[in-house]
Amino acid sequence: MSSNICTPENLVYKKTSLLTDKVMHYCPGCGHGTIHRALMEVVDEMGLQDKTIGIAPVGCSVLAYDYMNIDMQEAAHGRAPAVATAIKRLMPEKFVFTYQGDGDLAAIGTAETIHCCNRGENILMVFVNNAIYGMTGGQMAPTTLEGMKTATSPYGRDVEKVGWPLRITEMVAQLNGVWSASRHTVHTPAAVMKLKKALKKGIEDSMAGKGTCFVEVCSSCNSGWKMSPVEANKWMAEHVLEYFVPGDIKVDGKMVR
Amino acid sequence: MEDLRLMKGNEAFAEAAIRAGCDGYFGYPITPQSEVMEYLMKERPENRTGMVVLQAESEVSSINMVYAGAGCGKKVMTSTSSPGYSLMQEGISYIAAAELPCVVLNVVRGGPGLGTIQPSQSDYFQATKGGGHGDYRLIVLAPSSVQEMADFVPMGFDLAFKYRNPVLVLADGVIGQTMEKVVLQPQRPRLTEEEIRKNTPWATVGKSIDREHNIVTSLDLQAASQEKHVLHLQEKYREIEAAESRCEMIKCEDADYVLVAYGSSARICQKAVDLLRAKGVKVGLLRPITLWPFPSKEVKELATRVKGFMSVEMSLGQMVEDVKLAVEGKVKVEFFGRCGGIVPAPEEVVHAVETKLL
Ligand SMILES: Cc1ncc(C[n+]2csc(CCOP(=O)(O)OP(=O)(O)O)c2C)c(N)n1
Ligand code: SF4
Repeated sequence: MSSNICTPENLVYKKTSLLTDKVMHYCPGCGHGTIHRALMEVVDEMGLQDKTIGIAPVGCSVLAYDYMNIDMQEAAHGRAPAVATAIKRLMPEKFVFTYQGDGDLAAIGTAETIHCCNRGENILMVFVNNAIYGMTGGQMAPTTLEGMKTATSPYGRDVEKVGWPLRITEMVAQLNGVWSASRHTVHTPAAVMKLKKALKKGIEDSMAGKGTCFVEVCSSCNSGWKMSPVEANKWMAEHVLEYFVPGDIKVDGKMVR
Repeated sequence: MEDLRLMKGNEAFAEAAIRAGCDGYFGYPITPQSEVMEYLMKERPENRTGMVVLQAESEVSSINMVYAGAGCGKKVMTSTSSPGYSLMQEGISYIAAAELPCVVLNVVRGGPGLGTIQPSQSDYFQATKGGGHGDYRLIVLAPSSVQEMADFVPMGFDLAFKYRNPVLVLADGVIGQTMEKVVLQPQRPRLTEEEIRKNTPWATVGKSIDREHNIVTSLDLQAASQEKHVLHLQEKYREIEAAESRCEMIKCEDADYVLVAYGSSARICQKAVDLLRAKGVKVGLLRPITLWPFPSKEVKELATRVKGFMSVEMSLGQMVEDVKLAVEGKVKVEFFGRCGGIVPAPEEVVHAVETKLL
């Protein structure tokens, strides 16, 4: 019965062919799937499938290469910026991006992140900040908020003992090699549209050799946060975005914050 | 006409890389091999062949750059010395698991720890038995001259691509720093993207419409398929063992005793063999050129007709274990070594043979 309504004139949305038909393993409500889609839609719209090489991290999105229908490499934990550096240097005409979580990019891979940005590698870095280690079962991340309870901060993050949540996007924005840095979310359709615009500009600018384009996306990890998807989105808007304020930080080589 | 030069081992290695059609070198300075990157930076291979040379922020980063380049079907390499090689173990394990071809040079210095910058062979275990995590093997080549430092680069790339496996050139500070005559091979062209797409269809160079997307990964979450993958690697290693073990035998035909030594130690032992023969002792030298696969067949064969072996190393006894495994207790196997960056004199080897072996 339902197949009767699947006619061309009824189609209002079609999944981009740059996402494979593999069933995603992400928890219902997770931001990763939405960010994958936004990124692949932009690459598709720009006709770059054959020129794109993506780097998957170690983290919940380790299997991004199964979902993104482009050539991809899976990097060791935190090493995606080094991997992307070599690929872009060896094939300067390609579009190269990294897709990394906060543990990957801002803890174990901090050195690779900073030096890749400092060299101004002409790549796009997509940084998915969910304030927690999703894959390993919800431990404290460098971006975990003050007082936030996780498996390794069961009484809440004590900033006196373990330091403050790291705003690495603000840090790398200071580097001359970084052309643009901005922070986004995907918890509303309008936010996704904004993210897509930023991704598109990041792809264009990195391809034009302007430098490293850095896009942070604050994303919910409802499983790690132990909330329902709806509660998680609400909590993110009320707490995460208070500390990790969305918007542009550096535009076209100039600090705007 | 022959292209004959006087060069340091490290420089010869770098020049040979350019001539081998290498696409990229990624490294981090450490004594005693910094001349490799210094030579490349000075030589500007980007103008000669288009080769990329980049100083990374660490050995962790440089080996991951090698992983990336190899995943794109490019001829890529790095060089380092012992402490840096330890840092590379994670990346090398990933490269071996993902079956990527590359060449890595370790100009060994004395360890453990920060140790000394003086020459050593104390990384033999790390090179031949593992180093990083998991069941994997590297093809390990041991140059004993500046000429071999140069020759093992193109040979290393050929082996690496033939088996889709990392190749380690295990040198030591003496080979890296000594100046010798070297005949350089002519320039090989770098591969074009078209050739890469054809030769290495698995490489991530951008998905074309005529194939599925390519994925370079070392991850397999299913135990059954991961086991299958590791068994496949094992099968490849058995194939390499059968086909690629190499060694040089010097004066072994009539020998009563055989020294086993590689790299600089082999050069020292060559002199010791002459000194011992002058005294009427029939000694030969077996020099493994591949440390993995180890030339066990040759050692085994010699064990049927000699009275004993002595492994001579700049370590406290690592390769000697492989000699013993091959000899299987048939004759005696002794060991002589110096460590901490001390290079033994031929006379010390002679003395060790006279006191331990005869
Ligand atoms: C060298 C190394 N150390 C630790 C791990 C275990 N590990 C896997 S994923 C992960 C954290 C991932 O967190 P994040 O980057 O924030 O991504 P998320 O899962 O939240 O998307 C860790 C610690 C590993 N795979 N490798
Ligand atoms: S654990 Fe968190 S980050 Fe991982 S899939 Fe689930 S919701 Fe997403």
